[in-house]
Amino acid sequence: MSEARHIVTSYGQELQRLRTLMTEMGGMVENQVALATQAIVSGDPAVATQAVELDASVDAHDRDAEQMVIRMLALRQPLANDLRQIVAAMKITAALERIGDYAKNMARRSIVLGQYRLPFSMTGLANMSRLVQENLKLVIDALGENDADKARQVWVSDQAIDEIYNSIFRELVTYMMEDARNITPCTHLLFIAKNLERIGDHATNIAEHVHYAVTGEALTEQRPKGDGSAYAVVRLPDDVDAA
Amino acid sequence: MNEVVSAGGSATMGMSAAMPRSSATLASARVAIRNLDFYYGENKALKGIALDLPERQVTGMIGPSGCGKSTLLRVLNRMYDLYPGQRATGEVMMDGENILADDVDRNALRSRVGMVFQKPTPFPMTIYENIAFGVKLHESLSKSAMDERVEWSLSRAALWGEVKDRLDSSAMGLSGGQQQRLCIARTIAVRPEVILLDEPTSALDPLSTLKVEELIDELKRDFTIAIVTHNMQQAARCADQVAFFYLGEVVEVAPAAQLFTAPKQKRTQEYITGRFG
Repeated sequence: MSEARHIVTSYGQELQRLRTLMTEMGGMVENQVALATQAIVSGDPAVATQAVELDASVDAHDRDAEQMVIRMLALRQPLANDLRQIVAAMKITAALERIGDYAKNMARRSIVLGQYRLPFSMTGLANMSRLVQENLKLVIDALGENDADKARQVWVSDQAIDEIYNSIFRELVTYMMEDARNITPCTHLLFIAKNLERIGDHATNIAEHVHYAVTGEALTEQRPKGDGSAYAVVRLPDDVDAA
Repeated sequence: MNEVVSAGGSATMGMSAAMPRSSATLASARVAIRNLDFYYGENKALKGIALDLPERQVTGMIGPSGCGKSTLLRVLNRMYDLYPGQRATGEVMMDGENILADDVDRNALRSRVGMVFQKPTPFPMTIYENIAFGVKLHESLSKSAMDERVEWSLSRAALWGEVKDRLDSSAMGLSGGQQQRLCIARTIAVRPEVILLDEPTSALDPLSTLKVEELIDELKRDFTIAIVTHNMQQAARCADQVAFFYLGEVVEVAPAAQLFTAPKQKRTQEYITGRFG
Protein backbone atom coordinates (compact mmCIF):
# COMPACT_ATOMS: atom_id res chain seq x y z
CA MET A 1 0.00 0.00 0.00
CA SER A 2 1.53 3.30 -1.04
CA GLU A 3 1.41 5.87 1.69
CA ALA A 4 1.98 9.60 1.75
CA ARG A 5 4.98 10.76 3.73
CA HIS A 6 4.57 11.93 7.28
CA ILE A 7 4.80 15.69 7.75
CA VAL A 8 6.89 15.05 10.88
CA THR A 9 9.88 13.27 9.35
CA SER A 10 11.12 11.80 12.63
CA TYR A 11 7.72 10.18 13.24
CA GLY A 12 7.86 8.55 9.81
CA GLN A 13 11.39 7.37 10.58
CA GLU A 14 10.28 5.87 13.88
CA LEU A 15 7.47 3.96 12.19
CA GLN A 16 9.95 2.69 9.62
CA ARG A 17 12.40 1.70 12.35
CA LEU A 18 9.66 -0.22 14.15
CA ARG A 19 8.81 -2.06 10.95
CA THR A 20 12.48 -2.87 10.39
CA LEU A 21 12.78 -4.21 13.95
CA MET A 22 9.81 -6.51 13.32
CA THR A 23 11.03 -7.83 9.98
CA GLU A 24 14.55 -8.38 11.36
CA MET A 25 13.06 -10.26 14.25
CA GLY A 26 10.91 -12.23 11.82
CA GLY A 27 14.01 -13.19 9.83
CA MET A 28 15.76 -14.34 13.00
CA VAL A 29 12.93 -16.61 14.15
CA GLU A 30 12.57 -18.03 10.62
CA ASN A 31 16.24 -18.91 10.80
CA GLN A 32 15.82 -20.35 14.31
CA VAL A 33 13.00 -22.65 13.21
CA ALA A 34 15.00 -23.77 10.16
CA LEU A 35 18.08 -24.50 12.29
CA ALA A 36 16.04 -26.34 14.94
CA THR A 37 14.47 -28.53 12.26
CA GLN A 38 17.84 -29.22 10.71
CA ALA A 39 19.19 -30.16 14.14
CA ILE A 40 16.32 -32.62 14.67
CA VAL A 41 16.71 -34.28 11.27
CA SER A 42 20.52 -34.35 11.29
CA GLY A 43 21.07 -34.79 15.02
CA ASP A 44 23.90 -32.24 14.82
CA PRO A 45 24.27 -30.57 18.25
CA ALA A 46 26.31 -27.68 16.76
CA VAL A 47 23.31 -26.66 14.65
CA ALA A 48 21.05 -26.96 17.70
CA THR A 49 23.34 -24.66 19.63
CA GLN A 50 23.13 -22.04 16.88
CA ALA A 51 19.34 -22.06 17.12
CA VAL A 52 19.49 -21.69 20.90
CA GLU A 53 22.02 -18.88 20.77
CA LEU A 54 19.94 -16.84 18.31
CA ASP A 55 17.27 -16.49 20.95
CA ALA A 56 19.16 -13.78 22.86
CA SER A 57 19.03 -11.46 19.83
CA VAL A 58 15.34 -12.20 19.32
CA ASP A 59 14.63 -11.29 22.94
CA ALA A 60 16.70 -8.11 22.64
CA HIS A 61 14.72 -7.07 19.56
CA ASP A 62 11.51 -7.77 21.44
CA ARG A 63 12.55 -5.48 24.28
CA ASP A 64 13.64 -2.74 21.85
CA ALA A 65 10.33 -2.93 20.01
CA GLU A 66 8.36 -2.76 23.24
CA GLN A 67 10.28 0.31 24.42
CA MET A 68 9.75 1.93 21.07
CA VAL A 69 6.01 1.24 21.08
CA ILE A 70 5.57 2.68 24.58
CA ARG A 71 7.59 5.73 23.62
CA MET A 72 5.62 6.31 20.42
CA LEU A 73 2.27 5.90 22.17
CA ALA A 74 3.31 8.47 24.74
CA LEU A 75 5.02 10.98 22.48
CA ARG A 76 3.22 10.69 19.14
CA GLN A 77 -0.32 9.86 20.21
CA PRO A 78 -0.83 7.87 17.02
CA LEU A 79 -4.18 7.60 15.24
CA ALA A 80 -5.80 5.57 12.48
CA ASN A 81 -3.37 3.36 10.53
CA ASP A 82 -0.39 4.56 12.59
CA LEU A 83 -2.18 3.54 15.78
CA ARG A 84 -3.13 0.18 14.32
CA GLN A 85 0.42 -0.48 13.11
CA ILE A 86 1.96 0.43 16.44
CA VAL A 87 -0.45 -1.63 18.55
CA ALA A 88 -0.07 -4.53 16.09
CA ALA A 89 3.72 -4.23 16.39
CA MET A 90 3.48 -4.81 20.12
CA LYS A 91 1.43 -7.97 19.64
CA ILE A 92 3.43 -9.21 16.65
CA THR A 93 6.78 -8.90 18.40
CA ALA A 94 5.34 -10.77 21.39
CA ALA A 95 4.22 -13.58 19.04
CA LEU A 96 7.62 -13.64 17.30
CA GLU A 97 9.34 -13.85 20.67
CA ARG A 98 7.20 -16.87 21.56
CA ILE A 99 8.04 -18.49 18.22
CA GLY A 100 11.71 -18.00 19.07
CA ASP A 101 11.17 -19.72 22.41
CA TYR A 102 9.47 -22.69 20.76
CA ALA A 103 12.32 -23.02 18.25
CA LYS A 104 14.84 -22.89 21.07
CA ASN A 105 12.93 -25.63 22.90
CA MET A 106 12.87 -27.77 19.74
CA ALA A 107 16.62 -27.35 19.32
CA ARG A 108 17.29 -28.41 22.91
CA ARG A 109 15.16 -31.52 22.51
CA SER A 110 17.07 -32.39 19.33
CA ILE A 111 20.22 -32.76 21.46
CA VAL A 112 18.48 -35.42 23.58
CA LEU A 113 17.08 -37.11 20.47
CA GLY A 114 20.58 -37.32 19.04
CA GLN A 115 21.42 -39.87 21.75
CA TYR A 116 18.83 -42.35 20.44
CA ARG A 117 18.76 -44.56 17.38
CA LEU A 118 15.26 -44.05 16.09
CA PRO A 119 13.60 -47.02 14.32
CA PHE A 120 11.41 -44.75 12.20
CA SER A 121 11.79 -41.85 9.78
CA MET A 122 11.46 -38.11 10.51
CA THR A 123 9.78 -37.39 7.20
CA GLY A 124 6.42 -36.46 8.73
CA LEU A 125 7.97 -34.01 11.16
CA ALA A 126 10.19 -32.55 8.44
CA ASN A 127 7.11 -32.04 6.26
CA MET A 128 5.25 -30.38 9.07
CA SER A 129 8.18 -28.09 9.71
CA ARG A 130 8.35 -27.21 6.01
CA LEU A 131 4.69 -26.14 6.03
CA VAL A 132 5.20 -24.14 9.23
CA GLN A 133 8.27 -22.43 7.77
CA GLU A 134 6.39 -21.59 4.57
CA ASN A 135 3.62 -19.95 6.59
CA LEU A 136 6.11 -18.14 8.77
CA LYS A 137 7.96 -16.80 5.74
CA LEU A 138 4.71 -15.72 4.10
CA VAL A 139 3.46 -13.92 7.18
CA ILE A 140 6.76 -12.10 7.62
CA ASP A 141 6.57 -11.05 3.96
CA ALA A 142 3.01 -9.85 4.60
CA LEU A 143 4.32 -7.90 7.58
CA GLY A 144 7.17 -6.31 5.65
CA GLU A 145 5.03 -5.46 2.63
CA ASN A 146 1.81 -4.47 4.48
CA ASP A 147 0.06 -7.11 2.41
CA ALA A 148 -3.36 -8.05 3.80
CA ASP A 149 -3.95 -10.67 1.09
CA LYS A 150 -0.82 -12.59 2.01
CA ALA A 151 -1.83 -12.36 5.66
CA ARG A 152 -5.21 -13.85 4.83
CA GLN A 153 -3.52 -16.64 2.87
CA VAL A 154 -1.54 -17.62 5.99
CA TRP A 155 -4.63 -17.40 8.12
CA VAL A 156 -6.56 -19.95 6.09
CA SER A 157 -3.68 -22.35 5.51
CA ASP A 158 -2.97 -23.31 9.11
CA GLN A 159 -5.46 -26.17 8.82
CA ALA A 160 -3.02 -28.29 6.82
CA ILE A 161 -0.46 -27.95 9.63
CA ASP A 162 -3.01 -29.03 12.22
CA GLU A 163 -3.90 -32.09 10.17
CA ILE A 164 -0.32 -33.23 9.77
CA TYR A 165 0.16 -32.67 13.49
CA ASN A 166 -2.76 -34.99 14.23
CA SER A 167 -1.28 -37.76 12.13
CA ILE A 168 2.17 -37.35 13.75
CA PHE A 169 0.54 -37.51 17.17
CA ARG A 170 -1.17 -40.81 16.34
CA GLU A 171 1.97 -42.20 14.75
CA LEU A 172 4.13 -41.42 17.77
CA VAL A 173 1.63 -42.85 20.25
CA THR A 174 1.59 -46.03 18.17
CA TYR A 175 5.43 -46.29 18.30
CA MET A 176 5.30 -45.90 22.05
CA MET A 177 2.74 -48.68 22.33
CA GLU A 178 4.80 -50.96 20.16
CA ASP A 179 8.00 -50.63 22.19
CA ALA A 180 8.45 -48.95 25.59
CA ARG A 181 12.03 -48.05 24.64
CA ASN A 182 10.54 -45.55 22.17
CA ILE A 183 8.79 -43.61 24.92
CA THR A 184 11.57 -41.13 25.72
CA PRO A 185 12.42 -40.09 22.14
CA CYS A 186 8.77 -40.16 21.08
CA THR A 187 7.79 -37.93 23.99
CA HIS A 188 10.41 -35.41 22.90
CA LEU A 189 9.15 -35.71 19.34
CA LEU A 190 5.60 -35.11 20.53
CA PHE A 191 6.68 -31.91 22.23
CA ILE A 192 8.59 -30.90 19.13
CA ALA A 193 5.51 -31.48 16.96
CA LYS A 194 3.41 -29.54 19.46
CA ASN A 195 5.93 -26.67 19.36
CA LEU A 196 5.70 -26.60 15.58
CA GLU A 197 1.92 -26.60 15.79
CA ARG A 198 2.07 -23.64 18.22
CA ILE A 199 4.45 -21.79 15.90
CA GLY A 200 1.87 -22.26 13.15
CA ASP A 201 -0.81 -20.83 15.44
CA HIS A 202 1.33 -17.81 16.26
CA ALA A 203 1.90 -17.26 12.54
CA THR A 204 -1.87 -17.08 12.07
CA ASN A 205 -2.14 -14.68 15.01
CA ILE A 206 0.45 -12.46 13.36
CA ALA A 207 -1.54 -12.73 10.13
CA GLU A 208 -4.61 -11.45 12.00
CA HIS A 209 -2.68 -8.49 13.42
CA VAL A 210 -1.21 -7.64 10.01
CA HIS A 211 -4.63 -7.81 8.40
CA TYR A 212 -6.15 -5.50 10.99
CA ALA A 213 -3.23 -3.07 10.89
CA VAL A 214 -3.41 -2.78 7.11
CA THR A 215 -7.17 -2.79 6.51
CA GLY A 216 -8.69 -1.68 9.83
CA GLU A 217 -10.90 -4.76 9.69
CA ALA A 218 -10.52 -7.78 11.93
CA LEU A 219 -10.59 -11.27 10.44
CA THR A 220 -13.71 -12.21 12.31
CA GLU A 221 -15.14 -15.27 10.64
CA GLN A 222 -14.35 -18.70 12.07
CA ARG A 223 -10.85 -19.75 11.13
CA PRO A 224 -10.59 -23.24 9.65
CA LYS A 225 -8.93 -25.44 12.29
CA GLY A 226 -7.77 -29.00 12.14
CA ASP A 227 -6.09 -29.76 15.47
CA GLY A 228 -8.06 -32.63 16.95
CA SER A 229 -5.22 -34.12 19.02
CA ALA A 230 -6.79 -32.88 22.25
CA TYR A 231 -9.54 -35.44 21.73
CA ALA A 232 -7.47 -38.15 20.09
CA VAL A 233 -7.66 -41.67 21.46
CA VAL A 234 -5.24 -44.21 20.04
CA ARG A 235 -6.00 -47.83 21.02
CA LEU A 236 -4.10 -51.04 20.55
CA PRO A 237 -5.96 -53.70 18.58
CA ASP A 238 -6.57 -55.56 21.88
CA ASP A 239 -8.22 -52.46 23.40
CA VAL A 240 -10.46 -52.14 20.41
CA ASP A 241 -11.55 -55.74 20.85
CA ALA A 242 -12.16 -55.21 24.58
CA ALA A 243 -14.26 -52.15 23.82
CA MET B 1 -14.48 13.47 -3.06
CA ASN B 2 -18.16 14.07 -2.42
CA GLU B 3 -18.69 10.73 -0.85
CA VAL B 4 -19.99 10.95 2.65
CA VAL B 5 -19.79 7.94 4.87
CA SER B 6 -22.56 8.41 7.37
CA ALA B 7 -22.41 7.36 10.97
CA GLY B 8 -24.32 4.24 10.10
CA GLY B 9 -21.65 3.28 7.61
CA SER B 10 -23.84 3.67 4.54
CA ALA B 11 -22.30 5.71 1.77
CA THR B 12 -24.28 8.61 0.37
CA MET B 13 -23.39 11.30 -2.08
CA GLY B 14 -22.78 14.69 -0.54
CA MET B 15 -24.02 16.54 -3.60
CA SER B 16 -27.41 14.89 -3.80
CA ALA B 17 -30.29 17.01 -2.54
CA ALA B 18 -32.56 16.33 0.43
CA MET B 19 -31.63 12.72 0.79
CA PRO B 20 -34.03 10.10 1.99
CA ARG B 21 -32.68 8.68 5.20
CA SER B 22 -33.97 6.06 7.52
CA SER B 23 -36.59 7.43 9.91
CA ALA B 24 -34.39 6.40 12.82
CA THR B 25 -31.67 8.76 11.64
CA LEU B 26 -34.14 11.58 11.10
CA ALA B 27 -35.75 11.11 14.48
CA SER B 28 -32.46 11.40 16.32
CA ALA B 29 -31.11 14.35 14.33
CA ARG B 30 -31.59 17.61 16.22
CA VAL B 31 -30.24 19.49 13.23
CA ALA B 32 -30.30 18.01 9.73
CA ILE B 33 -28.13 19.77 7.16
CA ARG B 34 -28.80 18.93 3.54
CA ASN B 35 -27.26 20.13 0.31
CA LEU B 36 -25.87 23.23 1.99
CA ASP B 37 -23.82 25.64 -0.12
CA PHE B 38 -22.30 28.79 1.32
CA TYR B 39 -20.76 31.74 -0.45
CA TYR B 40 -18.44 34.51 0.68
CA GLY B 41 -19.27 36.74 -2.29
CA GLU B 42 -18.19 34.71 -5.31
CA ASN B 43 -16.19 32.27 -3.26
CA LYS B 44 -18.01 29.02 -2.53
CA ALA B 45 -16.87 28.01 0.94
CA LEU B 46 -19.22 25.09 1.61
CA LYS B 47 -20.22 22.62 -1.09
CA GLY B 48 -23.21 20.32 -0.74
CA ILE B 49 -22.84 19.68 2.97
CA ALA B 50 -24.96 16.85 4.33
CA LEU B 51 -24.62 16.31 8.06
CA ASP B 52 -26.82 15.45 11.03
CA LEU B 53 -26.25 16.77 14.52
CA PRO B 54 -27.78 13.94 16.58
CA GLU B 55 -29.84 14.97 19.60
CA ARG B 56 -27.83 15.22 22.83
CA GLN B 57 -24.63 14.14 21.22
CA VAL B 58 -21.38 15.92 20.56
CA THR B 59 -20.42 16.28 16.92
CA GLY B 60 -16.76 17.08 16.46
CA MET B 61 -15.66 18.92 13.33
CA ILE B 62 -12.07 18.59 12.22
CA GLY B 63 -10.12 19.57 9.14
CA PRO B 64 -7.36 21.90 8.02
CA SER B 65 -7.71 25.68 8.34
CA GLY B 66 -10.07 27.17 5.78
CA CYS B 67 -11.94 23.92 5.14
CA GLY B 68 -15.30 25.36 6.21
CA LYS B 69 -15.80 24.13 9.79
CA SER B 70 -16.23 27.55 11.38
CA THR B 71 -18.23 28.71 8.37
CA LEU B 72 -20.69 25.92 9.01
CA LEU B 73 -21.08 26.98 12.66
CA ARG B 74 -21.73 30.54 11.47
CA VAL B 75 -24.47 29.20 9.20
CA LEU B 76 -26.14 27.26 11.99
CA ASN B 77 -27.06 30.42 13.94
CA ARG B 78 -27.16 32.67 10.83
CA MET B 79 -24.36 34.82 12.09
CA TYR B 80 -23.33 35.31 8.47
CA ASP B 81 -26.43 37.49 8.03
CA LEU B 82 -24.50 40.21 9.83
CA TYR B 83 -22.11 40.48 6.89
CA PRO B 84 -23.01 41.67 3.39
CA GLY B 85 -22.26 39.41 0.45
CA GLN B 86 -22.49 36.17 2.42
CA ARG B 87 -25.27 33.74 1.64
CA ALA B 88 -26.28 30.16 2.20
CA THR B 89 -28.48 27.90 0.10
CA GLY B 90 -29.87 24.47 0.87
CA GLU B 91 -31.52 23.18 4.01
CA VAL B 92 -30.72 23.29 7.70
CA MET B 93 -33.72 21.64 9.30
CA MET B 94 -34.49 22.16 12.97
CA ASP B 95 -37.90 21.22 14.40
CA GLY B 96 -39.28 20.84 10.89
CA GLU B 97 -38.24 24.34 9.92
CA ASN B 98 -35.55 25.39 7.48
CA ILE B 99 -33.55 27.95 9.46
CA LEU B 100 -32.10 29.34 6.24
CA ALA B 101 -35.54 30.66 5.22
CA ASP B 102 -35.86 34.44 4.84
CA ASP B 103 -38.60 34.82 7.42
CA VAL B 104 -36.72 33.13 10.28
CA ASP B 105 -36.48 35.28 13.42
CA ARG B 106 -32.71 35.63 13.79
CA ASN B 107 -32.80 36.65 17.44
CA ALA B 108 -35.03 33.77 18.41
CA LEU B 109 -32.78 31.43 16.40
CA ARG B 110 -29.68 32.68 18.19
CA SER B 111 -31.28 31.99 21.54
CA ARG B 112 -31.95 28.43 20.38
CA VAL B 113 -28.50 27.96 18.88
CA GLY B 114 -25.85 29.38 21.19
CA MET B 115 -22.23 29.91 20.29
CA VAL B 116 -18.95 30.06 22.18
CA PHE B 117 -15.85 31.41 20.48
CA GLN B 118 -12.16 30.61 20.45
CA LYS B 119 -11.17 33.50 22.71
CA PRO B 120 -13.19 34.08 25.86
CA THR B 121 -15.36 37.14 25.24
CA PRO B 122 -16.80 38.23 28.58
CA PHE B 123 -18.65 41.55 28.55
CA PRO B 124 -16.96 44.29 30.58
CA MET B 125 -19.51 44.00 33.36
CA THR B 126 -20.01 41.97 36.52
CA ILE B 127 -20.11 38.20 36.46
CA TYR B 128 -23.80 38.31 37.34
CA GLU B 129 -24.61 40.80 34.59
CA ASN B 130 -22.71 38.74 32.02
CA ILE B 131 -25.24 35.96 32.53
CA ALA B 132 -28.31 38.15 33.05
CA PHE B 133 -27.65 40.34 30.00
CA GLY B 134 -28.58 37.75 27.39
CA VAL B 135 -31.49 36.38 29.41
CA LYS B 136 -33.06 39.84 29.62
CA LEU B 137 -33.14 40.09 25.83
CA HIS B 138 -35.45 37.10 25.59
CA GLU B 139 -37.29 36.84 28.88
CA SER B 140 -38.45 39.14 31.66
CA LEU B 141 -37.69 37.40 34.91
CA SER B 142 -38.23 38.51 38.49
CA LYS B 143 -35.13 39.23 40.55
CA SER B 144 -35.36 35.91 42.34
CA ALA B 145 -35.99 33.99 39.09
CA MET B 146 -32.99 35.73 37.53
CA ASP B 147 -30.86 34.88 40.59
CA GLU B 148 -31.90 31.28 40.16
CA ARG B 149 -31.11 31.34 36.44
CA VAL B 150 -27.65 32.82 37.10
CA GLU B 151 -26.88 30.18 39.71
CA TRP B 152 -28.21 27.41 37.46
CA SER B 153 -26.13 28.55 34.49
CA LEU B 154 -22.96 29.01 36.49
CA SER B 155 -23.46 25.64 38.17
CA ARG B 156 -24.04 23.88 34.86
CA ALA B 157 -20.87 25.52 33.58
CA ALA B 158 -18.97 24.22 36.62
CA LEU B 159 -18.10 27.76 37.67
CA TRP B 160 -20.55 28.47 40.51
CA GLY B 161 -18.28 27.26 43.30
CA GLU B 162 -15.45 29.48 42.11
CA VAL B 163 -17.45 32.71 41.66
CA LYS B 164 -20.47 32.54 43.96
CA ASP B 165 -18.91 34.93 46.47
CA ARG B 166 -17.95 37.52 43.89
CA LEU B 167 -20.84 37.73 41.46
CA ASP B 168 -20.64 41.53 41.59
CA SER B 169 -16.99 41.78 40.62
CA SER B 170 -15.89 42.29 37.04
CA ALA B 171 -15.77 39.26 34.77
CA MET B 172 -12.54 40.65 33.35
CA GLY B 173 -10.77 39.63 36.56
CA LEU B 174 -11.38 35.92 35.95
CA SER B 175 -8.72 33.63 34.55
CA GLY B 176 -8.89 32.63 30.90
CA GLY B 177 -10.35 29.23 31.72
CA GLN B 178 -12.93 30.78 34.06
CA GLN B 179 -13.81 33.41 31.45
CA GLN B 180 -14.44 30.67 28.88
CA ARG B 181 -16.65 28.75 31.29
CA LEU B 182 -18.47 32.05 31.99
CA CYS B 183 -19.09 32.37 28.25
CA ILE B 184 -20.47 28.84 28.22
CA ALA B 185 -22.66 29.72 31.23
CA ARG B 186 -23.85 32.83 29.37
CA THR B 187 -24.69 30.70 26.35
CA ILE B 188 -26.67 28.11 28.28
CA ALA B 189 -28.43 30.77 30.39
CA VAL B 190 -30.90 31.40 27.57
CA ARG B 191 -31.59 27.65 27.48
CA PRO B 192 -30.62 26.96 23.90
CA GLU B 193 -31.18 23.62 22.19
CA VAL B 194 -27.91 23.54 20.35
CA ILE B 195 -24.51 24.80 21.50
CA LEU B 196 -21.81 25.59 18.95
CA LEU B 197 -18.25 25.67 20.24
CA ASP B 198 -15.64 27.16 17.92
CA GLU B 199 -12.24 25.98 19.18
CA PRO B 200 -13.34 26.72 22.74
CA THR B 201 -10.10 25.64 24.41
CA SER B 202 -7.43 26.72 21.97
CA ALA B 203 -6.54 29.68 24.18
CA LEU B 204 -6.64 27.72 27.44
CA ASP B 205 -4.04 25.88 29.50
CA PRO B 206 -4.29 22.06 29.69
CA LEU B 207 -6.13 21.92 33.02
CA SER B 208 -8.70 24.54 31.98
CA THR B 209 -9.06 22.60 28.74
CA LEU B 210 -9.84 19.42 30.64
CA LYS B 211 -12.42 21.29 32.76
CA VAL B 212 -14.15 22.56 29.63
CA GLU B 213 -14.07 19.05 28.12
CA GLU B 214 -15.55 17.62 31.30
CA LEU B 215 -18.21 20.32 31.06
CA ILE B 216 -19.01 19.40 27.45
CA ASP B 217 -19.50 15.82 28.55
CA GLU B 218 -21.87 17.03 31.26
CA LEU B 219 -23.77 19.44 28.99
CA LYS B 220 -24.56 16.88 26.33
CA ARG B 221 -27.14 15.38 28.66
CA ASP B 222 -29.30 18.42 27.94
CA PHE B 223 -27.94 19.99 24.77
CA THR B 224 -26.95 19.05 21.27
CA ILE B 225 -23.37 20.16 20.78
CA ALA B 226 -21.12 20.86 17.81
CA ILE B 227 -17.45 21.53 18.47
CA VAL B 228 -14.86 22.72 16.00
CA THR B 229 -11.38 21.79 17.10
CA HIS B 230 -7.88 21.55 15.68
CA ASN B 231 -6.93 19.19 18.45
CA MET B 232 -7.49 15.64 17.24
CA GLN B 233 -7.18 14.20 20.73
CA GLN B 234 -9.80 16.64 21.93
CA ALA B 235 -12.20 15.54 19.20
CA ALA B 236 -11.44 11.94 20.16
CA ARG B 237 -12.10 12.66 23.83
CA CYS B 238 -15.23 14.80 23.49
CA ALA B 239 -17.12 13.84 20.40
CA ASP B 240 -19.58 11.03 19.81
CA GLN B 241 -19.38 11.47 16.06
CA VAL B 242 -16.72 13.29 14.11
CA ALA B 243 -16.97 14.97 10.72
CA PHE B 244 -13.85 15.54 8.65
CA PHE B 245 -14.02 18.61 6.42
CA TYR B 246 -11.79 19.33 3.48
CA LEU B 247 -12.03 22.14 0.93
CA GLY B 248 -15.60 22.98 1.90
CA GLU B 249 -16.90 19.43 1.82
CA VAL B 250 -17.63 16.76 4.38
CA VAL B 251 -15.32 13.91 3.45
CA GLU B 252 -16.32 11.48 6.18
CA VAL B 253 -18.63 11.29 9.20
CA ALA B 254 -18.27 8.42 11.63
CA PRO B 255 -18.39 7.57 15.33
CA ALA B 256 -15.24 9.01 16.92
CA ALA B 257 -13.78 5.62 17.81
CA GLN B 258 -14.14 4.43 14.24
CA LEU B 259 -12.88 7.59 12.59
CA PHE B 260 -9.74 7.68 14.72
CA THR B 261 -8.91 3.97 14.52
CA ALA B 262 -10.07 2.94 11.06
CA PRO B 263 -11.27 5.82 8.88
CA LYS B 264 -12.83 4.76 5.60
CA GLN B 265 -11.52 7.58 3.45
CA LYS B 266 -7.85 7.83 2.51
CA ARG B 267 -7.93 11.62 2.87
CA THR B 268 -9.24 11.38 6.43
CA GLN B 269 -6.50 8.95 7.29
CA GLU B 270 -3.82 11.16 5.78
CA TYR B 271 -5.08 14.19 7.67
CA ILE B 272 -5.45 12.64 11.11
CA THR B 273 -2.10 10.87 10.92
CA GLY B 274 -0.28 13.99 9.77
CA ARG B 275 0.45 12.92 6.20
CA PHE B 276 -1.39 15.67 4.45
CA GLY B 277 -0.30 17.09 1.10
